[in-house]
Amino acid sequence: MEIFLQQVMTGLANGGIYASLALALVMIYHSTNHLNFAQGEMAMFSTYIAWTLINAGLPYWVAFVITLAVSFAGGVVIERVVVRPFEDAPVLNAVIVFIGLLVIFNSLAGWIWTYDIKQFPTPFGDHPVQLGNIFFRAHDFGAIGVTLFVLLVLWAFFRFTPLGLAMRASAENPVSARLVGIRVGWMLALGWGLAALIGAVAGMMVAPVLFLDPSLMSGVLIYSFAAALFGGISSPGGSVFGGFFVGVAEVLSGTYVPFIGNDLKLIVALIIIIGVLLVRPSGLFGKVSVSRV
Amino acid sequence: MDTANAPTGTVAAEAAIRRDRARTWRIWAVAALLVVTCVLPFVMGDYRVFQFTLAFTYALALLGLNLLIGFNGQFSLGHGAFYAIGAYTAAVMIHQWGIHYGWTLVAAGIVCGVAGFLFGIPALRIQGMYLALATLALALAMPPLLKYKAWEAYTGGVQGIFINKPHAPFGLPLNPDEWLYFLSLGVLLIAVVVAHNLLNGRTGRAMMAIRDNPIAAEAMGINTALYKSLTFGVSALFTGVAGALSCIVVQFVAPDSYSVFLSITLLVGSVVGGLASISGAIYGAFFIQFIPNVADAISKAAPWAIYGLFLIGFMFVMPGGIAGFMNMVWSRLQRQLPLARRRGAEAGHTGRTNSKT
Amino acid sequence: MSALLSVQGLQAFYGQTRALHGLDFQVEESGITTLLGANGAGKTTTLRAVCGLVRTQGTIEFAGQRIDGKSTEDIVRMGIAHVVEGRGTFVNFSVEENLRLGAHTRKDKAAVHDDLEQVYSYFPVLRQRRAQQAGTLSGGEQQMLAISRALMLRPRLLLLDEPSFGLAPLIVEEIFQILATINRESRVSMLVVEQNASLALGLADHAFLLETGNVVMSGAAEEIRQNDAVRQSYLGY
Repeated sequence: MEIFLQQVMTGLANGGIYASLALALVMIYHSTNHLNFAQGEMAMFSTYIAWTLINAGLPYWVAFVITLAVSFAGGVVIERVVVRPFEDAPVLNAVIVFIGLLVIFNSLAGWIWTYDIKQFPTPFGDHPVQLGNIFFRAHDFGAIGVTLFVLLVLWAFFRFTPLGLAMRASAENPVSARLVGIRVGWMLALGWGLAALIGAVAGMMVAPVLFLDPSLMSGVLIYSFAAALFGGISSPGGSVFGGFFVGVAEVLSGTYVPFIGNDLKLIVALIIIIGVLLVRPSGLFGKVSVSRV
Repeated sequence: MDTANAPTGTVAAEAAIRRDRARTWRIWAVAALLVVTCVLPFVMGDYRVFQFTLAFTYALALLGLNLLIGFNGQFSLGHGAFYAIGAYTAAVMIHQWGIHYGWTLVAAGIVCGVAGFLFGIPALRIQGMYLALATLALALAMPPLLKYKAWEAYTGGVQGIFINKPHAPFGLPLNPDEWLYFLSLGVLLIAVVVAHNLLNGRTGRAMMAIRDNPIAAEAMGINTALYKSLTFGVSALFTGVAGALSCIVVQFVAPDSYSVFLSITLLVGSVVGGLASISGAIYGAFFIQFIPNVADAISKAAPWAIYGLFLIGFMFVMPGGIAGFMNMVWSRLQRQLPLARRRGAEAGHTGRTNSKT
Repeated sequence: MSALLSVQGLQAFYGQTRALHGLDFQVEESGITTLLGANGAGKTTTLRAVCGLVRTQGTIEFAGQRIDGKSTEDIVRMGIAHVVEGRGTFVNFSVEENLRLGAHTRKDKAAVHDDLEQVYSYFPVLRQRRAQQAGTLSGGEQQMLAISRALMLRPRLLLLDEPSFGLAPLIVEEIFQILATINRESRVSMLVVEQNASLALGLADHAFLLETGNVVMSGAAEEIRQNDAVRQSYLGY
């Protein structure tokens, strides 16, 4: 039983990471109908920036905040310069551009910081937290807490601020948004900026556990896609739920399903993705949209 | 058409004459290129021959990918998986059961063709971005599947499988590298002819109709489901045979060679070469074979940075790839072609209309 | 009275296809002008052209300034509000959120509040449904919402694309009466595109008749209404 709870805890901690990245993916999908395949690599790159700042002597949380700001700016710039020209192009052209971004970020990280594995510090200390007979990693608790905090702030932003309202309006009906004077192009850029910011949080939370190297987020990305699809690619809340679900499912199936073990855990993601796309593409909580021919 | 007596003086007729002459030029050019290709292995060093051979296998793989993406409008970020299946089919057959490598090409084609067709069925319900995602997941799942302990006895696990280098059959006076060069070239040429005939016939037109307007195609009575699955199957078949060939050429397969980066490499090759073209597969293949060698000298990360830049750059500037660019150059040149070498008077007459086109 | 909106030689393009072939018309300050014509005549395209939603050639002047070539967001900020065909409501937002979005570009909070009250007084049913999701409103109510959202901009010019479309006659009459009231009280100029000619001619001061991208007739609304020959051959009644 204790092992089970420990596994669930680990699953939830991982799930928090998947939920964060899934939220970033949903944010971009919601406003542009694009799946940003480069989201993971952008997050990894942000994590390296944080590592550089921390190594230069800055306190953890200062480096954290600066990284968020830089990531936000980077996301905005990428949307304006690289993604915008493909807004109206065939969808597969955009996919190719995203793969290009994925590859560039991955190789730039390897070039600048080498492929050696690096340590990334956790701000939550090393003392295990004890509940009853079970010991949990402090970092796991902390990561879940940070994830939930970020999600809460985002929710409040979209729900209660005029800018959040404008961004939601742009995503829902770009033409009407332009006709009330909303600069829809900048709303899209803002969406990318926020997504990059969330991705940076996810990267910094997962790096202490997985160790920092350019392949940090490659596994995480596919689980996050599975999470977003499962929960509903058009539903932010759904994708967060999906993240936690996929996290727990991954850990439990690795431990308790004999033939999966540690090696085939990626298959779980593959099965979820294809399963959802075939059975219920809008996911658990997403809206079913019918388009007329 | 009897171009000698065709009426000059109408723009359409003149264009037709130019097209005919251009076609003749083209055929001579391709023939010359083929002759050069056949002579090359005897003047190049062995390693160069090996590189060209690998490029031929890539060209075959890219031909498969182009059929799917460029000509049928579907997508795959996971064709590396079919390449891997083909390669491992060949490796296991040769290593475990001692089967002659020639038969493995056929087997790989069948296995991958069926696998592709079967994958194409659920893919019918998954469009665009989502198909990209599903195939990406497939590509990511391949190395773990290949490393899986349960069938390690067959696949050789993480270490992979080594096979012996084949020698030229029938006592032909070729060293092994030269033999593999001609084998790969031969398979590639067969595939090119098959693809060319496929694309220029009813099947090709149906495929392209589905790409351009699937609803209209369906409304016209084309069985889009069948054609799309078939295209996936044929595309996987080509790439699978390419994988098997590569196994024979390299004499080694291992799970980590077939990571998602292989699938991305193939995509780069298609985009740079030209997605909706047969010649594009060849341009792209040489790009992905030789650029990394050049870029490696700069830094370990450089080849991929270049791939990324080229992917984005080509989408901005040359979405038709090198093949698209060459087509444009060719049709510009075609318009400059003189209509007739003799008949000075008529040349003077058409000289006026020349300036309009 | 000078023209608030003046259009000369306006051509509009969808891709390579030209939909307007050189239009000339004006909207007087504080007046109501209507563009009439059958389906496909280019009426909607004309409104889109004024808002910068399609590629144009020719001159469009608003309050003395050239606006052709400007972006839609900038044109809106100059004081042109467009009620699109089909309402363009933000269906997943509440009625009040829709109205607040209409005032997105305004900085004067107190005046925005006054305008909200004003709009609720024109259309009391909106006040009743202020927290309701806009997509659940009836057609007529959504049209009222669309007009109100446009008014929240405090525009100088209001563009209306087929406000009567798909609505019951009683509702349409009510809406058109309110439009006349709004024009009288707030002095907002209006450019109304309509297929329902008699309704439009009852509201407008001036009328322009479009046929496949060209203006074929223009004049005072009252004159065109009285002219039997024009009515029968162009307007079908």
